[in-house]
Amino acid sequence: MSAAPVIEARGLGRVLPGPMPVTLVRGIDLAIAPGEFIAITGPSGSGKSSLLYLLGLLDRPSEGSVLLDGRDAAGLPENDRARLRLTRLGFVFQFHFLLPEFTVLGNVLIPMRKLAALSDADMHRRAEELLERLGLGDQARKRPDQLSGGQRQRVAIARALANAPRVILADEPTGNLDTHNARTVFDIFAGLARDTGTAVVTVTHDEHLAAQAGRRIHLVDGRIDREDRA
Amino acid sequence: MALPLAVDVAVTHLRGRKRQTLVSVLGVALGVGFFIAMTAMMQGFQGFFISTVVDVAPHITISDEFREPERQPAVTAFPDGAVRVEGVKPRDQVRGIKGGPGIVEAIRRLPGVEAAPSLSGQVFLRYGAAERNATLSGIEPSQELRITRLEKDMLAGSLRDLQTRPDGVVLGAGLAKRLGAGMSDRLTAISPAGVIRRVTVVGIYRTGVSSFDDGQAIMLLKEVQILQDRPNVINRIRIRMDDIDAAGDLAARLEARYAYKAESWQEANQGVFSVFRIQSAVMYSTVGAIMVVAAFGIFNIISTVVYEKSRDIAIMKSLGFAEGDIHRIFILEGLLVGVIGALLGWVIGYALVSLLGSLRFNFGGGTIQNDRFHLAYSFVHYAVGGAFSVTAATLAAYIPARRAARLNPVEIVRGAA
Repeated sequence: MSAAPVIEARGLGRVLPGPMPVTLVRGIDLAIAPGEFIAITGPSGSGKSSLLYLLGLLDRPSEGSVLLDGRDAAGLPENDRARLRLTRLGFVFQFHFLLPEFTVLGNVLIPMRKLAALSDADMHRRAEELLERLGLGDQARKRPDQLSGGQRQRVAIARALANAPRVILADEPTGNLDTHNARTVFDIFAGLARDTGTAVVTVTHDEHLAAQAGRRIHLVDGRIDREDRA
Repeated sequence: MALPLAVDVAVTHLRGRKRQTLVSVLGVALGVGFFIAMTAMMQGFQGFFISTVVDVAPHITISDEFREPERQPAVTAFPDGAVRVEGVKPRDQVRGIKGGPGIVEAIRRLPGVEAAPSLSGQVFLRYGAAERNATLSGIEPSQELRITRLEKDMLAGSLRDLQTRPDGVVLGAGLAKRLGAGMSDRLTAISPAGVIRRVTVVGIYRTGVSSFDDGQAIMLLKEVQILQDRPNVINRIRIRMDDIDAAGDLAARLEARYAYKAESWQEANQGVFSVFRIQSAVMYSTVGAIMVVAAFGIFNIISTVVYEKSRDIAIMKSLGFAEGDIHRIFILEGLLVGVIGALLGWVIGYALVSLLGSLRFNFGGGTIQNDRFHLAYSFVHYAVGGAFSVTAATLAAYIPARRAARLNPVEIVRGAA
């Protein structure tokens, strides 16, 4: 892999403090290149999601660092980390987590309106393009509760892509979907990584789906147990 | 879509809880509305009272009284000694303000100040079988007209007529009615000095202040001096000034200079003003209590929204909203409730004031005649009410907003997964 990593973990660890401290992850070294599609697998409680939140700057590491485009990002003040989440990262969660009062289009627009880099017309055009690309072109005016689970998850992906992030971080994105929809989501991720150079990191416990990823990282008890490439 | 994102989200949250929002808005609106109506009513009445009193009564009255009893020569002779004089008998002196005309002249030289002398005393008026006791003021019409607005309250005749009719008397309407006397009727005036004179009614006035209307009569100064057997004596100097708020200061200066008691209109009505102050305090605490209740309503709705929307808050944070952005959204929700409440409160306040203003009632007696609520229409009431409610709403939103801003998205995402 020749390209410089877009996101990199160095000696990353997270311990929940308390009278009986709980180690979520420890000693994680991981470099992710642009356009890579990575699946993080492992049994329940192995620290998959915790690692994802650390990589996504949602949580602060207890030790080690997260580098985004070569710069330390995890140690930055909260406002700077929020800014990086807005501009360079996109999240997809197990539950779709759309804002229920906003339309499909409204949800996809939110990150762009927050960033306010484009004109209103350009934002709308881009949101409609993204929805079109994810096969939701005719659902833009609907509310999330009028969509199926698979459609909602695709809206969440469109929203994660709104500000053209460098990395998509997905936490069990197919956990609530049937096989057909789960396969669609993974196909989208694979296509994204291949066609746009966006790195995709997804947590899953479905080994069958994980096999589609270019690289699989298997966690056990908060440590990288095994890593293999397709 | 034209709304800024934070406003959009805030409005969306409030619209999702219409009933609770409405109750909160109404709480604020009622507080603001009552505040406006009550201040309009109270300030209006206080203003009406002051303008009536200030219109009818002199702004400062210098009288031939001393606040301190006269010092005995023995006390003056031994300023440091323990002197006690007992059994002092007051001299039966011809009281009055010594050098009165000179004082009047000196006061009139002050800018914006007019003064007129008078002799005031008790008199007994008889008209047929009717007898009334009254305070009779002797005045110099040419000078008096500079310090009184009585001319505009004349129901019949004029103060000027006193000059052409030396036996003329001007009566308050209440007094005239009780005597059963009308214009040109001839009455008998009997003074404590034992002088009896026939007088003719040449004018009747109604000021609206019952102590003036029911118990006062006015005659020419010279005539009163004869009636009271006090030639060339005056015992009142009445002062009117352009700047009525300066009356207290001027009164103190005059009293220091001439030693005679100088009473400003504020001092004369002290009792009433302290009642006004208590009234204001009661009103402000009542309205304050309404606003506190309204603020709790706002606190309640925003806390509920924060609790219900914690998932949305987590997702917004993951999308890149900073703590400050989240904080702003919920403060904005409080602000929106406050602003809408204030606007609605203005409408309610305006409606209440209009309603009160249209009421008419009949209050026969009382110190001041009155048939309606006197209302102070002031933009200030609206501004103060609005500012108060918006501030209260923002403060009430502050605590839940801070809690929302500090929510840890990881905990929520984990809890939901």
